[in-house]
Amino acid sequence: MDRRSFLRAAGFASLAGLWASATVGVLSKREVKAYAVRPGDKALTAGRWGMVIDTRVCKDHPECEKCIEACHHVHNVPHIPNKRHEIKWIWKEEFEHAFPDTAHEYLNEYLHDREFLLLCNHCEHPPCVRVCPTQATFKREDGIVMMDMHRCIGCRFCMAACPYGSRSFNWRDPRPFIKDPNPEYPTRMKGVVEKCTFCTEQLAFGKLPVCAEACPYGAIKVGDLSDPHSEINQILRENFTLRRKVHLGTGPSVFYIV
Amino acid sequence: MLEKALVGSKKYYALVFFLGAVFLVGFYFFLKQLAFGLGITGMSRDVSWGFYVAQFTYLVGVAASAVMVVLPYYLHNYKDYGKMTIFGEFLAIGAVTMCLLFIVVDIGQTHRLFNVLLHPTPHSMLFYDMIVLNGYLLINLICGWSALHGVYKGTKYPDWVKPFIYLSIPWAFSIHTVTAFLYAGLPGRHFWLTAVMAPRFLASAFCSGPALLLLLIYIVKAFTRFDPGEKAIRALAKTITYALLANLFLFGCELFTSFYSGIPGHQFSIKYLFAGLHGHMKLVPWMWTAYALMLVAAVLLVIPKTRNNLGLLPLLCILVVIGTWIDKGMGLIVGGFVPNPLERITEYMPTFPEVMISIGIYAAGFLIITVLYKIAISVMESRGVI
Amino acid sequence: MYDAGKVIPGLIAFVVLVTVPFWTNFGKAAPEPKPELPKEYKKCVESKDFMRREHMKLLRKWRFDVVRKNMRIYINSEGQPVNMSLQNECFRCHTSKKKFCDVCHDYVAAHPYCWNCHIPPEEKKGWATKEVKNWTDEVSSEQPASHH
Repeated sequence: MDRRSFLRAAGFASLAGLWASATVGVLSKREVKAYAVRPGDKALTAGRWGMVIDTRVCKDHPECEKCIEACHHVHNVPHIPNKRHEIKWIWKEEFEHAFPDTAHEYLNEYLHDREFLLLCNHCEHPPCVRVCPTQATFKREDGIVMMDMHRCIGCRFCMAACPYGSRSFNWRDPRPFIKDPNPEYPTRMKGVVEKCTFCTEQLAFGKLPVCAEACPYGAIKVGDLSDPHSEINQILRENFTLRRKVHLGTGPSVFYIV
Repeated sequence: MLEKALVGSKKYYALVFFLGAVFLVGFYFFLKQLAFGLGITGMSRDVSWGFYVAQFTYLVGVAASAVMVVLPYYLHNYKDYGKMTIFGEFLAIGAVTMCLLFIVVDIGQTHRLFNVLLHPTPHSMLFYDMIVLNGYLLINLICGWSALHGVYKGTKYPDWVKPFIYLSIPWAFSIHTVTAFLYAGLPGRHFWLTAVMAPRFLASAFCSGPALLLLLIYIVKAFTRFDPGEKAIRALAKTITYALLANLFLFGCELFTSFYSGIPGHQFSIKYLFAGLHGHMKLVPWMWTAYALMLVAAVLLVIPKTRNNLGLLPLLCILVVIGTWIDKGMGLIVGGFVPNPLERITEYMPTFPEVMISIGIYAAGFLIITVLYKIAISVMESRGVI
Repeated sequence: MYDAGKVIPGLIAFVVLVTVPFWTNFGKAAPEPKPELPKEYKKCVESKDFMRREHMKLLRKWRFDVVRKNMRIYINSEGQPVNMSLQNECFRCHTSKKKFCDVCHDYVAAHPYCWNCHIPPEEKKGWATKEVKNWTDEVSSEQPASHH
C-alpha cells in the first residue's frame, strides 16, 4: 500500500469512527424519565398583558419612586453610579423625552412637570425579538416579551433595535453594586442584556407585577387587553391615553393617562 | 504550498514577528476585557455598539471588494487582472477573518457564541450575517487556494472550482448587503433607516477595498519583482473612482432627503456628526476631515492626468482609505446612536484597551495577508510567472 | 522509515509526556468526595442515584421549561409537585454550596457557572443583613432551611 492510500484509508476510518461515536452518543442520550410539568398554582394568565399608568396620580406625589425601588430591589437590579453603565428596568422621564415626537415648545404647564414612568413596552410587534439571533428574547403567547438570560450571547442587537431605550447591558459584573439582594430572584452576570420582564415570576404564582403592587396610590394598573370586560379595557375606554412612538408600528402595551 | 510561508527574507521574518507581537499585545488586552467585561470599552447604555462593530462594518466592505477584480477577470475574461485576482481574494480572506475576530471580541458572553448555530433564527439578520461571512471565507479559501495551486503545479485550476468562483460574485454583494440590513431595518434609528444604506455600503466598499488592495500591491511591488501591469492598476483606479463618486453621490442623496424634508429626527444625527448637537462635538473634526479627503481624492481621481499618474495614485488611495474608514469606521455606527431614542446625547470615544484589542486584530489580519501574499509571490516566482 | 533516528525517540518522548498524569500519581488517589447532605431533609426531588447522574439534565430542562414555556411545577416520579427553582427549591435544603455542590464539582473539575447569577445559599445570609422596607417583607420572608 502506498502512502497516499494509507492516508486516505486512515482519514475515512477516523471520520467513520467519529460518526459512529457521535451517533451512539446521540441515541443513548438518556432523557430525564417520567418528566411532567405544569404551570404555577394560581398563575395569572391573559390573552395579552397590558399596563396603564395614570400619570395624574404620579403628579401628586413627585418624590415617590416606590415602583422603581420595588422593581429594582426584587429583581436585584444593580445601582451603578457611572451613567454609561447604568442598568434600569423602570425609570422616570420628562414628557419631551418620553414622547419626543409629540412634544413641542408650546407645551402646557400641565405636561411640563409631569413625570412618566418608562419601561419595556412589551410590544405586539417587538423589533428586539425580530433581531435577536438566538431567540434569547422572545414573545410569549400572552404578549410578554421575555428574556432568557441563559441563552443571551450579549451581542446587543436588541438594544440597537429597541426604539424606546428600554434595555440595559451588563458592562461589568453587577453584584458589587447590588446593595440589598433579594435571595428569591437571581442576579445577572456581566455580558447579558436585561430589561423589565413584566414580573413573570410573580404572575406565575398569582401575584401582580411588583411595580403595580408597590404603588401606594394605584397609579399602575395591569390587566388583559384581549378581554373586553377587563378593568384595564374599561380604563382605556374612559380615559385619553398615549403610547410611545405609535407611528413605528411596534404596538406598545403600556398606556399613559395624561 | 504552505512551506513557502516558512522561508523568506529577513524583512519578511521581521514583519511576521512584528505583526505576531502586536497581535499578542492585543490578545493580552482581550484577556483583560474577558475578566472585567465590555465595560472596559467606551461603550455605554446609549451607544451600545462602538469601535468593534464599526471596524467589522468597514472590513466587510473591504472583503466584499474582491469581487471588483474577480468579476471582470472570471466573468468577463478581462485578462489584465490575471495577476491581481489572487491578491484580491487573499485580501478578502484576511478581511473576513478580521471581521469575525471583531465580532468575537464584541460579544458579551463569548463562550456562548455557538448559540447562534444551535438556535438558528431565520428572522434575524445576524443569523444570515454569520452564514454569509463564514461562507464567503470558505469560498475565497477554496477559490484562491485552488487557483494558486494551479499555478504551483503549472496547470490551470480544476474545473470544479469554477462554480465556486461564479458563486463568489453574488455572494460578495450579499455579505455587505446583509451587513447593511443589520442597520437598515431598525425602526428606532433614523440615521440608518434608509433604503440607500445597502447601496451606500457597497459603494463605499468598492472604493475602499480596491484602494487598500492597490496600496498592498504597491508595497509588494516595492519589495519583490511582482508587477501586475500598468493596465491592471489603471483599471482598478477607474473602479475606485466610480465607486467613490457613487459613495459621495449617495451621501448627497441622504443630505437632501434629511434637510429638504426638514424632519428633525432625520437631521439630528447628521447635525451631530458635522456640526455638533447641544455642544457635543467630538466627531465633528473627524467627519469634515473624512469628507474633505474623499472630495479631494474624488476630484483628483476623476481627472485622468492625476489618476493615471502612478506615482500619485498611492497617495490618492491613502486618502480614500482614510476617508472611508472614518466615515464608516467612526461616523456611521456612533451616528446611529446619537441622539438616543429619548433624544438624549451620550458621546462615545474608544478607550485605550479597546483600541489595543482592535490593533491586535488588525495585526492578525495583516499577518494572514502577509503570509498568504508571501505564498502567492513565491509560487509565482517559482513558476516564472511573476 | 526516513529519519527513524528522530521519529522513534520523538514518539517515545510524546507517549511518556502524555501519560505523565498517570505514572506520577501512581499509588495515590484523591479521596472520594463526600458532600455534606442536608440534616433535616432526607428526600430530594428524585432519588439520590437519579440526582447524582441526572441533576444537570434535570436543571437544564427546568430552566428551559420555566423561562421559555412558563411551567413552574415539576411532578416528580412519586407524583409530588416541586417548585422548579434552583434558588427557591434546591437551596432550601442544600444550604451550602461549598460543602455540597463544590465538593463533587471540584473533584471532577466541572465548573458550572450557575452561581454567577443564581445566588448561592451562603450569600443569601451575607446579603440579607440590611433592613428592608415593609412591602418587601412578604417577598423575602422565606428563610433558608436552617432557620426553620
